[in-house]
Amino acid sequence: MAEPSGPRVPSGPPARPGLNRGPGRLLVTLYAVFAIGATSRSVYQLSTRFGEAPLAYLLSAVAAAVYVVITVALVRGGRGARRVALVCCAAELAGVLTVGTWTVLDPSAFPDATVWSDYGLGYLLLPLVLPVIGLLWLRRSPAGAGAA
Amino acid sequence: MLIPLTVAVAVAALALAAWCGFAAYRDQPTKDWHFAGMAVVTVLALVQLVVGVVQLARGEKPDGGTVVFVSYLLGVAACVPAVGFMSLAERTRWGSATVAAGAVVMAVLQVRLYDVWGGGHG
Repeated sequence: MAEPSGPRVPSGPPARPGLNRGPGRLLVTLYAVFAIGATSRSVYQLSTRFGEAPLAYLLSAVAAAVYVVITVALVRGGRGARRVALVCCAAELAGVLTVGTWTVLDPSAFPDATVWSDYGLGYLLLPLVLPVIGLLWLRRSPAGAGAA
Repeated sequence: MLIPLTVAVAVAALALAAWCGFAAYRDQPTKDWHFAGMAVVTVLALVQLVVGVVQLARGEKPDGGTVVFVSYLLGVAACVPAVGFMSLAERTRWGSATVAAGAVVMAVLQVRLYDVWGGGHG
């Protein structure tokens, strides 16, 4: 009998976790756009006129960091990255809902807009839509074999 | 000079978005003709980049600041090539959808570029 004695090893190359395949490709692209856009905008704002709207600019920086982390996690795939993406998408959704509501209730707290102001209305509501799609995609996309 | 060009790039980008969106709708990957379209839009964006830099060199001042203006010009030029490569790696309808999304982003950037340049005057 030629049964391997050790734990069974899946034959062939390991199934690539498909976080950036198919629809995931579109999702990653949109996240990358937001990551690049938000980061460069944030660096510019923090370095040139932080004093004008510290709260708005700090929140923008946080949003930028979240977008960068999600983009990297989606590109890398795998179990750990999947968890990171899950947490960050949830944080992003919470952030956009909190800041969105905050800007509606108390606009004076934000002399300058953030990505998440008015639920991302200035960005075609994508900041609100992306985390929802991201969470759905993380649930639906084929997990790496045995990663459940 | 810059404003008409901005309108032209925005229209071309939206046309590309519609075209690739249609391909995605029909469950098709991007084809050679799509890449020709992307090349045309990219060339327009590069012309815009050159014209924008020349305007700056002539001493014109964008309302939104020179750094922001140049960043937007570079972002615009990078948009379509980036999604083009993505669609080379993703030979499904989602590659086409990605190009469509990138082209829409490009059109939106044109609107912002218009604001940064200072819309009304010039």
